[in-house]
Amino acid sequence: MVFGSVAAIGAGLAAIGAGIGIGQIGKGAVEGIARQPEAANDIRANMIVAAAFVEAVALFAVVVAFLGTK
Amino acid sequence: MMQQSYKLLLTAAFSLFLILFSGVSFANDTTLNKAEEHIVSGKSENKEEFNVTETILEHIGDDHSWHLWGHTTIHLPVIIYSDKGLEFFSSKNLVDEHHQPVVYAGKYNYKLFENKLKVVKVDGTLDEELTKKTWDFSITKNVASLLITVFILLFVFLRVGAAYKKRGVTSAPKGLQSFMEPIILFVRDEVAIPTIGHKYAKYMPFLLTIFFLILLNNFLGLIPFFPGGANVSGNIAFTMTLAVCVFIVVNLSGNKSYWQHIFWMPGMHWSMKLFLAPIELIGVFVKPISLMIRLFANITAGHVLVLSLICLIFIFKTVYASAIAVPFAVFISLIELLVAFLQAFIFTMLTGMYIGMATEEHHHTGDHDPHYNEA
Repeated sequence: MVFGSVAAIGAGLAAIGAGIGIGQIGKGAVEGIARQPEAANDIRANMIVAAAFVEAVALFAVVVAFLGTK
Repeated sequence: MMQQSYKLLLTAAFSLFLILFSGVSFANDTTLNKAEEHIVSGKSENKEEFNVTETILEHIGDDHSWHLWGHTTIHLPVIIYSDKGLEFFSSKNLVDEHHQPVVYAGKYNYKLFENKLKVVKVDGTLDEELTKKTWDFSITKNVASLLITVFILLFVFLRVGAAYKKRGVTSAPKGLQSFMEPIILFVRDEVAIPTIGHKYAKYMPFLLTIFFLILLNNFLGLIPFFPGGANVSGNIAFTMTLAVCVFIVVNLSGNKSYWQHIFWMPGMHWSMKLFLAPIELIGVFVKPISLMIRLFANITAGHVLVLSLICLIFIFKTVYASAIAVPFAVFISLIELLVAFLQAFIFTMLTGMYIGMATEEHHHTGDHDPHYNEA
């Protein structure tokens, strides 16, 4: 028997989504920098902001999962 | 070939990591079940079962006392306002020598429930109605930590400010000044100017305050002992206060075209305008709420991660577990250093963007054609 909270599954699913999202952002940024190395700084700044948005959505899910365990 | 073996090694390490963690979750379950069994059978055992969730929640929560080392604890003052007036006493009265909560008889009878001060009746049970009527203004651990941050910030910036007054802005910076100048210029050149534009100077004090307050609180939260240790920026009340400040500043500086874009989007068919108005109005509130949750969740998640790695030692009940737990905890702590800076940056950046959106000048004069692709 496996015991535990269903909330953990939710948090895991959210992590998958965020992983795909941040992976896509990283891919795009690296490709962009490879094509235009002189724009690396601008691309990096935008990448971080975009990654923060994606991460935030995942963390919303984690917070909900956190509240769900109580 | 080299790369392939490297890949294999990575895969092996990752699988080991997974196995380790699945093991943890099972260990966790069994302790929980045992604890439940004890409650069901009504057995009272002196040896307490280790409860991971409880331990972690206690460590990231607020507290009325601040543990320093060993048996040394700072008992912070408790300030309560109720219908019987203001009350002021040390939180030492709320715990006995074994750190168990006891009833303190003030104007009402007070007792701690999960580190929250509540009113109890004469027979020791919780009095919900009176608890709702009392206001707890205590200097808790978080408040004390925030006060320390305020003093550090005042000390640093008053000195830096005085140095600029004395030497002027054109001469080379010295000492503390030369440490702060690149960070201040970073906020100006990377955050304020790209997001707000030529009106940036008016908002620089606000952005700098937000940036340094969050940054310092994040860093102090990562220190496991005295001056740090309080989870201030992982407290939703703290992030909510910041978000409310952002909400007020953004909406007070909003110009005519900002409000027009919310309530009557230009360049759209009237039916679309009616459809968009409520969505845009919700957006006004969602922006600060997302700021609030982002900071809170990021910092809390980091703390939970470090604490659960340290908890591994207590779950396995062997000191050898620290061989794995401590390096991982150090590794996560290093990542958290990056996150601490990143979250301060993101919060300031988004605040700047929201202010930028609110103060942007649109030139719609003579342009009545629909332009649907406008952001």
